[in-house]
Amino acid sequence: MFYREAGDFSTTYQEDNQTFPIKFDRYRYYFVLFVAFAVIPFIINDYWANAVLLPFLIYAIAAIGLNILTGYCGQVSLGTGGFMAVGGYAIYKFMTAFPDVNVFFHVILSGLVTAFVGVLFGLPSLRIKGFYLAVATLAAQFFLGWLFNRVPWFYNYSASGQITAPERTVFSYPVTGANSEPWTVYLFCLVFLVILTLIARNLTRGALGRSWMAIRDMDIAAEIIGVNPLKAKLTAFAISSFFVGISGALYFAVYLGAAETEAFGITKSFNILFMIIIGGLGSIFGSFAGAAFLVLLPVVLKNVLVAWLGWPTDLAAHLEFLIVGGLIVTFLILEPHGLAQLWRVAKEKLRLWPFPY
Amino acid sequence: MPEQLVFAMEVFLNGLMAGVLYALVALGFVLIYKASGIFNYAQGVMALFSAMTLVGIMEGQIPFSHLTNAIFGTSIHHFGWHLPAVLAILLTMVVMVVLAWFVQVVIFRHLVNQEPIILFMATIGLAYFMEGLGDLMWGSDIKKLDVGLPQGINIWIDETTYNIFDYGFFIDNLDIVATVIAAILVGVLVAFSQYTKQGRAMRAVADDHQAALSVGVSLSFIWVMVWSLAGFVALVAGIMWGAKSGVQFSLSLIALKALPVLMLGGFTSIPGAIVGGLIIGVGEKLFEFAIGPIIGGATENWFAYVLALIFLVFRPQGLFGDKIIERV
Repeated sequence: MFYREAGDFSTTYQEDNQTFPIKFDRYRYYFVLFVAFAVIPFIINDYWANAVLLPFLIYAIAAIGLNILTGYCGQVSLGTGGFMAVGGYAIYKFMTAFPDVNVFFHVILSGLVTAFVGVLFGLPSLRIKGFYLAVATLAAQFFLGWLFNRVPWFYNYSASGQITAPERTVFSYPVTGANSEPWTVYLFCLVFLVILTLIARNLTRGALGRSWMAIRDMDIAAEIIGVNPLKAKLTAFAISSFFVGISGALYFAVYLGAAETEAFGITKSFNILFMIIIGGLGSIFGSFAGAAFLVLLPVVLKNVLVAWLGWPTDLAAHLEFLIVGGLIVTFLILEPHGLAQLWRVAKEKLRLWPFPY
Repeated sequence: MPEQLVFAMEVFLNGLMAGVLYALVALGFVLIYKASGIFNYAQGVMALFSAMTLVGIMEGQIPFSHLTNAIFGTSIHHFGWHLPAVLAILLTMVVMVVLAWFVQVVIFRHLVNQEPIILFMATIGLAYFMEGLGDLMWGSDIKKLDVGLPQGINIWIDETTYNIFDYGFFIDNLDIVATVIAAILVGVLVAFSQYTKQGRAMRAVADDHQAALSVGVSLSFIWVMVWSLAGFVALVAGIMWGAKSGVQFSLSLIALKALPVLMLGGFTSIPGAIVGGLIIGVGEKLFEFAIGPIIGGATENWFAYVLALIFLVFRPQGLFGDKIIERV
């Protein structure tokens, strides 16, 4: 009724294979892109950019990255925060060492650096599996955090040990530093998110993505039918870390502006893992849904409990822990595929409405 | 005797003591993992939660008082009594049993037969839930836990070593007590699992769920029991660490210290947890003592992990763990 594919014929293979084969879906997708690129930049203000939109865009990139590794390839990682730190410190070094290069390329370069580090820490995944690996990735988290804290070269020997993003411009609009406008930083992050989402979407449904999923579903069987586990696992680590690194670079340079290693602590790793569990393991849309959910939850709680009911802030923070933990368990029990699956079910229902079958 | 060597010996002894505390936390993990195949990340938060509950009961704090004050505008805080430590510990044990039952009935009964990694993520969720619950119940301020354990430098060791080496070793009384208690705890646990009916049933469940079920062992009872046992171990660990550095959020991070211990010792072995704990404790202290000053210090955060990681590449099941056999 609301939503159907009758009369929607594909006459070429290309049409049949596109990301949104149903016309309604496709138009909705164009509409969302239109709103994101052409409407929001005009109405955005400081509060919305800093409290909701920027964290959402940046965490969505990280969540897609972790979803590639955990959701598609089945390798649970608790080192996301550490890899974000690599991205953040890499872009800091690039920005200060090569000030004439456009910051856009700095972000990509720091993603590449993180991909390299990710492959290094992914090497043990060839020997160890499951939560042994999850614990092993904690080594990355703690070691990288310590490294950036203790080796002065990484923070350019600054007295406070902090890294601060210098002002850099894209098309002569500042995107980092104190003078950046909400709409420029928003668009800057949005461009990265859209490009990376397209890449992720097409990678995961191509040959590489299929080999990841084969490894995830049963690694021994996958090996027997000819999937190379070395290649599949290490590419998953590399691409996932590339995404996470870009997200870390944006998080430091665009969102925070100044950071210490504490900003990339283990809570960050867990937060991003929670995003993909709540959103849906092995789903790009789920990464968005989970990121949006976990970004909005504290904002909503703060507005309702603190501003409206007048609770102290720490109570709201504790309640948030309680709710997030409860939700993780609830989702794992009731809907292991997360919000993405709920969305799929809703779409299926809407296609048939008002008939039950 | 050269001075450096004497210092190294002191560091070694302190490392052994720290290792015992790590082993104590790791023990809780092993218990649950052996009996139910769940790798319980929430063990550290359980230690925090039990320590908070203990302090709360001892001080006569009213649970959720901050919350009720915020909702109803009341200002209640304490019942106005001070319970003796022993009674408070007993009451806390009751709370931990209720918690174990809750965890089993509400969460893990519904996750039977799920993949281990799903169970692991569920325990991370549980850890967050308990952290929020503990803070809401008892407040998140740093609390002092005093159950009458001796603290401070051990004079006897100080004097004896001074007479031998001309340098008195600093060893905390609390660490010695912790070592003794941990040793007793391990002994009791081993005796329990070897010589009692419930202990045998627990080992049967650990061996094979279905076979145990078919000879009439109640799985849900055993699981509640195992979670309660892990709760007791968490309580002991919570008392030790809480007396050492106060009951606060960082207490829950001892779980992160115990993970490399487990990887080193093997997830399925109680002796492994002890030996792993000692190796990590001594290793990280000695590494910090010998190499730390050269590369910038504070290596204790990651040394254990990197050691375990390197070790795992060569022996994936840990020192004493069961060999991992893959079947298609």
